[in-house]
Amino acid sequence: MDWLFVTMPIAGVEIFWPGLVILGFGVGMIGGFFGMGGGWMVTPGLNILGFPMAFAIGTDIAQMAGPSLISTARHARFGNVDYRLGGIMVVGTVGGFEAGAQLIMWLERIGKVDIYVRSGYLVLLSLIAWLVFTDVAKKMRKDREARAAGREVDALSTGIEWHKTLHKIRIPPVIHFKKAGVRCSAWLPILVSFFTGLMAGILGIGGGLIRMPALIYLVGCPTHIAVGTDLFEVAISGLYGAASYSYKGRTELVAAVIMLVGASIGAQIGSVATKYVKGYGIRIFFGIAVIGCAVSILFKIIAAAYPGVRAFFNGAATVLILGLVAALALYIFMKFLNGVRAERAEKKRAMSQVAL
Amino acid sequence: MGARAWLGRMGVPAAVLTVLAGNVFAAGGGGEMIVIVADSRKFSGLEAWSANLYNESHAYFALLTVLTIPLLGLLLGTLTGLLMRLLGINLKSRVLAEH
Repeated sequence: MDWLFVTMPIAGVEIFWPGLVILGFGVGMIGGFFGMGGGWMVTPGLNILGFPMAFAIGTDIAQMAGPSLISTARHARFGNVDYRLGGIMVVGTVGGFEAGAQLIMWLERIGKVDIYVRSGYLVLLSLIAWLVFTDVAKKMRKDREARAAGREVDALSTGIEWHKTLHKIRIPPVIHFKKAGVRCSAWLPILVSFFTGLMAGILGIGGGLIRMPALIYLVGCPTHIAVGTDLFEVAISGLYGAASYSYKGRTELVAAVIMLVGASIGAQIGSVATKYVKGYGIRIFFGIAVIGCAVSILFKIIAAAYPGVRAFFNGAATVLILGLVAALALYIFMKFLNGVRAERAEKKRAMSQVAL
Repeated sequence: MGARAWLGRMGVPAAVLTVLAGNVFAAGGGGEMIVIVADSRKFSGLEAWSANLYNESHAYFALLTVLTIPLLGLLLGTLTGLLMRLLGINLKSRVLAEH
């Protein structure tokens, strides 16, 4: 069974290569569906496959650009990418990321950086999960009230509408983002992306997990546009991360290439699956992913604080993340299969009616 | 959108960010200052070449990574896109129009 293992030229470790393909497939699918790079899923996965942590992070970030590019291209065909908005946000993201990197170095000098970072991450993820589920609950209440009053349910109704207040701040230049259907001050997406970039820089993550909900709740993008536009940004910042980590010598290019084989198929499936799921369906499952991620961070904090249970909680965090990846990938794959089946059946029915 | 137009849209911000990455290199943050040497003696062909490139210059290795990942992504994306077409579904528009 030697052929199932490949020696990594730089890290010098033997890796089960089908594991890399499967991991790439799952993460490509989840990333294409939710609009994120998926660093929080890949790093523990690579670590389990045998990569030292330093290489796991670098390789994860290096491979991120590939599936994100594929997903962006697919979402662009569906009209889900607002390039103008994405381009403006790249500026804020880079500025924020740089500021975050400087801040983390300052925190490193103070010490105890890990606990600050993990606690901050936990608070942020809890806030995002609260935001998502409050929004969903509000939207459901609105729909219930409309039905009770005998009105038609508005397909465009939303729960939390903070963006409407933010759009009233008209500091020039005011820009119309056509695809997103948003007219606001250019400073809004710049500041939002600066903040999400800052968080990403401090937390050492790609930022998709924060930027996607920020695009929805603060900028006011419809869910599908938020997913596509965020992927555009992930692709750009992924290239930036790939350059940065490779220069530091922490990237295993061979592993990234093997992962890309699985990720390219997964990214197509994940992106196409968004065709068959309503925006709020994506939001709910995104919220579940955020909760899973938050619980795993909590486990990591407990593991760091109590050496007696360290091994147990570290293991539990990894199992939780990989279980979540498997469950979400299965959900997306089923949505894709059912959607394709239904669309083909509909097409066949339409053709048979034309023939009659 | 054609691949060329798409590449054009991606190209400018990607180039800017790749140049900006220099600031991050200068800032340091992240990895520890440990010198890692790839043992290229175990490998042959492309693997040996990439391991040697890594040992000789991390800058060239970074350039190789930054070129390989998007180009391979574009190639594999095109191939898997062709496979998706075989499914016989509409890959150019999305019917659902809601938040």
